[in-house]
Amino acid sequence: MKIVFTATGDSLSAPLDPRFGRAPGFLIYDDENGTLKSVNNEQNLNAAQGAGIQAALLICKQGVDCLITGHCGPKAFQTLTAANIKVYHCKAETIEEAYAQFKAGELTAAETANAEAHWM
Amino acid sequence: MKIAIASGKGGTGKTTISAALAFSVSCPVRLLDCDVEEPNSHFFIQPKIQRKEKVYSLVPTVDAEKCTGCGECGRVCQFSAIISLGSKTMVFPELCHSCGGCARICPTGAITEVRKEIGTIVIGAHGEIEFVSGRMDVGQAMSPPIIRAVKQHERTDGLTILDCPPGTSCPFITAVKGCDAALLVTEPTPFGLHDLKLAVDTVRELNIPFGVVVNRSIAKENRIAHYCREEGISLLLQIPEDRRVAEAYSRGKTLTAVLPEMRAKLVALVKDITEIAREA
Repeated sequence: MKIVFTATGDSLSAPLDPRFGRAPGFLIYDDENGTLKSVNNEQNLNAAQGAGIQAALLICKQGVDCLITGHCGPKAFQTLTAANIKVYHCKAETIEEAYAQFKAGELTAAETANAEAHWM
Repeated sequence: MKIAIASGKGGTGKTTISAALAFSVSCPVRLLDCDVEEPNSHFFIQPKIQRKEKVYSLVPTVDAEKCTGCGECGRVCQFSAIISLGSKTMVFPELCHSCGGCARICPTGAITEVRKEIGTIVIGAHGEIEFVSGRMDVGQAMSPPIIRAVKQHERTDGLTILDCPPGTSCPFITAVKGCDAALLVTEPTPFGLHDLKLAVDTVRELNIPFGVVVNRSIAKENRIAHYCREEGISLLLQIPEDRRVAEAYSRGKTLTAVLPEMRAKLVALVKDITEIAREA
């Protein structure tokens, strides 16, 4: 299973960034073969608008199964849902911790966004 | 003659001056309230409304049958208002700036533009003063199409006064663009000066002749006067700080109602800015 985390670093011990659209980067963890891949999101970090949508598009292209992040806005959520990517909201400090919570079944797939739209 | 009454900072007196100008001049005059997000000129003009017109913007819709998911629409859109996820193409109408690029680039003609109601234009008059105001619908975010619709009502002769939105971003530029001259209204505070500089940079970039009006002036020698002198900008009028003006404003009365001596100065202001526009 390929899981994407919003990350401020490129290892499993990196902090889980609570923001989705404006996270500095994404860490993709494939727990079947233990590989890690880091994806830069700086372009969207500085976007005037539509950061969530573009970030969602970026991770869709990576062919992931689910996203673990702090907060996800309505347009990003809509885009991720359309791409069949499950969203898990998580308050963990680090990616390791978030993954442990996910594996222990402590996280449930979100049915709605948990952040307000920034544009309107 | 089309004069934009503009400012960088909000609350400096654009509407006060726009309305007072409309009541002071003797030529045919039309006041356009271009501050469509918070129109308030009507409080002072108190026009009799003759008619209303709806304003629409165009947003894309996608025919899923024709869409191949090529993603060209998403690549051309600068605002993430349309994206393609391979098989599915999604539209976020509230982010759309109505450029029409997606519909034009779509190789299979799957995208058509449909009208979305975004506001209303109100047309009326108070005696000889003609009045047009734009009002953006609650929940909308794009004011420029409404401002452009208001500007369709500019007079071809006489005087058109455009009460512009504050700031220096798209709404300001949309309102000021194409005017013969701009009057930048400011106040002698640090914030007033800071935002005046931004407005000056913007109108210079747009190549619009302009002059400055200082409102709520306590002393003629102030930081705005100093700045204008340094920059070679015409400081055309200083309106004195006077509590009676604020009290009148709060009751929907114009500046000239309490300071009738301002009337001649406002007439001279129009003459001066017309002169600046001619010389440019």
